[in-house]
Amino acid sequence: MTPFLSLSAAMTKGLLRDRAAVFFMLVFPLMFLVLLGALLKDSGLSQSEIVQVGDVKVLDDIPAKERAELRDVLRIEKTDGSAAARKEALEKVRKGDTDAAVYQRPGGRVELRYSAADQVRAGNVQGVLDSIVQQANQKATGRPPAFQLRTSTLQDQSTKPIQFLTPGLLGWAVAMSGVFGSAFNLVNWRKKRILRRLWLAPIGAGSVVGARVGVNLALAFAQTGIFLAVATLPYYGLKLTGHWWLCLPLIACGTLAFMSIGLLVGAWAKSEEAANGLAQLIVLPMAFLSGAFFPLDDAPGWVRTVSGFLPLKHLVQAMEDVLSRGEGWGAALPAMGGLLLFAAVLTLIASKLFRWDAA
Amino acid sequence: MVEHAISAKGLRKRYGETQAVDGVTFDVAQGEFYGILGPNGAGKTTTLELVEGLREPDEGTARLLGSPSWPRDRTLLRRIGVQLQASAFFEKLTAREQIRTFASLYGVPADRADAMLDTVGLVDKAGTREDKLSGGQAQRLSIACALVHDPELVFLDEPTTGLDPQARRNLWDLLRQINAEGRTVVLTTHYMDEAETLCDRVAIMDHGRVLRAGPPRELVEELGCDSLEDVFLQLTGREYRE
Ligand SMILES: Nc1ncnc2c1ncn2[C@@H]1O[C@H](COP(=O)(O)OP(=O)(O)OP(=O)(O)O)[C@@H](O)[C@H]1O
Ligand SMILES: [Mg+2]
Repeated sequence: MTPFLSLSAAMTKGLLRDRAAVFFMLVFPLMFLVLLGALLKDSGLSQSEIVQVGDVKVLDDIPAKERAELRDVLRIEKTDGSAAARKEALEKVRKGDTDAAVYQRPGGRVELRYSAADQVRAGNVQGVLDSIVQQANQKATGRPPAFQLRTSTLQDQSTKPIQFLTPGLLGWAVAMSGVFGSAFNLVNWRKKRILRRLWLAPIGAGSVVGARVGVNLALAFAQTGIFLAVATLPYYGLKLTGHWWLCLPLIACGTLAFMSIGLLVGAWAKSEEAANGLAQLIVLPMAFLSGAFFPLDDAPGWVRTVSGFLPLKHLVQAMEDVLSRGEGWGAALPAMGGLLLFAAVLTLIASKLFRWDAA
Repeated sequence: MVEHAISAKGLRKRYGETQAVDGVTFDVAQGEFYGILGPNGAGKTTTLELVEGLREPDEGTARLLGSPSWPRDRTLLRRIGVQLQASAFFEKLTAREQIRTFASLYGVPADRADAMLDTVGLVDKAGTREDKLSGGQAQRLSIACALVHDPELVFLDEPTTGLDPQARRNLWDLLRQINAEGRTVVLTTHYMDEAETLCDRVAIMDHGRVLRAGPPRELVEELGCDSLEDVFLQLTGREYRE
């Protein structure tokens, strides 16, 4: 085995045998994806549910084709027209189990009962039903409509939570393993005097640095694979757009940038505890400020200014672009360049602070 | 002139207020067994580190097998083996994985690494993690890692500290054997009997300087002492060192 391979193997084993490290780098971020993904799953949907009590002509007459289109925005559950059924439906509305109840009075008047608790939903239901009734009225005149407004809810993929959760949480996971991986490695090897021992072995610095970078890249790609596999499960429903594979070079550049932060932390910290604390202090706020957990669209201006300097922000944004918005090299290249530049500058600073000994 | 295995000239190293090594000059011939003795803090480890090329001397030079040890020279490093005073292991790896990793850094195959583990009597502990080895077992592993690539020149910093009598005797046999094969061995020790039985020559150090150097028996005679231990105490005093 070459020194590069055997050092990579030594690092990989050291990493995988460290249960806490495996948990924090692989399991912990994945837990976030699994839980947040499930919690926020439906929050972006605008589908309304109504209960139709008995026959309602305007609804029953909707042609099959239109009915199918309507299904995205409105789900109709039909019950019999008895007084008991009506009472039950109204009770459901009151409890919030359904968005509205609709029934027809003798004489053709359509009654819609909705709860005002959720204004948005109430408005939605009202709007949809109103347009159905208007269309029916217009048809009843027997003349072609003079004006037509074709509405269709634009189901913007990127607003589905999983579409921003995946790049955000994946970016955060890669940032954690990059920063912690290199910081811990550096501090631990210094403490264990392995750095000095390696100095006395006939190997180049390239083998050591290369092995560490290689292990971290492999880890980051593993994280990416697992994240995408989970997020694209039908239950979570992530839709990958055409250039999704561009997230791989992005992840690679991001890993280098985060490792350079780790190098800086490791060069400064004297103990693993100090490295751990400092790394946490950097990664967690960075994740929040970079929109890894929630989008920053509504964030105050200063937050967005600060986040402009954070590598994670650019990684997350570029990954959102290629994973969910169908963008290509144009979105990926500037981010990759910035991440590499960031990595180069920090590595340079870290090399000035580098110490062989713990003392 | 036969090339010296080690030729150190005027080595000096200062740590802040401490002059750890203060003008050390010595030569070690090829195939010689050389011992460095001295009280705690005398500067033995620092001297070895300067000679090995682990640290840059403030002043002076050290040549190993004809090449300067500083700056780092990878072809030279291939020919020397070093056991550091405090053992240096990869975290969470077993004894076998440690020595195989070190072996591969020198391009030595795994079976040779396993054989070395056998030589130091660690076959039973091959699957044990580095942090679960006893002090003496870790010491033996560290020595095995230093010897795995058959170096021509071996540096051992207190190799027998923490070893039980059996392991100590075994290590003596091993060191005598590799010395008999023509390899040069340099060690530091606090055991005077060890220095007397193993070393062709010893240097007694204190305060970063070599006080006296020569074959143990000659030193005993010259100073009119009974044993090397008396020589040591006479040269370095009887007070405690921190
Ligand atoms: N990395 C260091 N930084 C600062 N001072 C050091 C360092 N290494 C050694 N010293 C100091 O240099 C002096 C010589 O230390 P050295 O380790 O060479 O002694 P030694 O002879 O090997 O002692 P021992 O028998 O205890 O191993 C000591 O006073 C020590 O405190
Ligand atoms: Mg010492």
